[in-house]
Amino acid sequence: MDFIRTVEASQKKADLPDFKAGDTVRVYFKIVEGKTERIQLYEGLVICMKNSSVRRTFTVRKNSYGVGVERVFPLSSPRIQKIEIVRPGRVRRAKLYYIRGKIGKAAKIKELIKRKGIIVPSTGSEETTAAT
Amino acid sequence: MLGLIAKKVGMTQVFDETGILIPVTVIRFEKNVVIGQRTQEKNGYNAVVLGSFEKKKSRVSKPYAGQFTENITPKSVLKELRDFPIECKVGDILGVEVFESIRFVDVTATSKGKGFQGVVKRYHFGGGRATHGSKFHREPGSTGQCTYPSHTFKNVKMPGRMGRETTTIQNLRIVQVDKDNGMMLVCGAVPGVRDSVLLVRKAVKKAK
Repeated sequence: MDFIRTVEASQKKADLPDFKAGDTVRVYFKIVEGKTERIQLYEGLVICMKNSSVRRTFTVRKNSYGVGVERVFPLSSPRIQKIEIVRPGRVRRAKLYYIRGKIGKAAKIKELIKRKGIIVPSTGSEETTAAT
Repeated sequence: MLGLIAKKVGMTQVFDETGILIPVTVIRFEKNVVIGQRTQEKNGYNAVVLGSFEKKKSRVSKPYAGQFTENITPKSVLKELRDFPIECKVGDILGVEVFESIRFVDVTATSKGKGFQGVVKRYHFGGGRATHGSKFHREPGSTGQCTYPSHTFKNVKMPGRMGRETTTIQNLRIVQVDKDNGMMLVCGAVPGVRDSVLLVRKAVKKAK
């Protein structure tokens, strides 16, 4: 019996959203300040997804008043209330670190337009998300 | 002292109720059987002998088997724990549930062997400069000088075998006790390789 898997299975979230590097997402992150709780919105471009299973994390980069800000979220964190996909992006690599050195229009990612009639492979699990 | 014999499974991570990520070590407890008891009248001190993990029958010699009463199969790991707080008799089976009301534990095990190591890794010596003509990199430095003291003192820190010694890590917080699977999660790392035998005891430096 794999005890580590048992522990990790109990940590896994049931309904994980299906997104990948290149997508612009909006993360609803719960912030606890003493006794009060509030939801913070963090919107930006997903530049990488790392690791697997419960240890999976994703990095969201945004431009905040001219300063590039990157934030790493654990995908299965109970503090993430919701992740919305704002704009799917068309990219050809899994890690978009090159975007850090670009500014303005060069840092833009083309939008992924899913044409009708083309069957997009269903990416239910996160493993297939990494492959696409 | 309350304690049990266990095995290290490995490390992973869990989220606590506030959503903070904690690195945890998974510890697995098999049945701990009370093999014998030491008493004040007979032995001069009070203790219980716990045994765990089945021993292969072909590996058991007759003198070794003689320690176990008829209804107990020979166990491979035996540990004596002084002043055991739980009332028990020979043949009783203890599990992870004895740690349910406890928050901190100490874990004793044999650490990973590192082989022959220099003083920088072994004793955290600073070492010298790497470049600019420095001829002193990771050396231990002088040990015995010249006229005085003209010999190397005992216990001077030098390169040598590192690791594979009995180590205790104190005050590890218990994150979760899982009675069904006989396992426990503690915050942080414990000594030893995976599947190594651990002695998990109630923390001596914490009240509860």
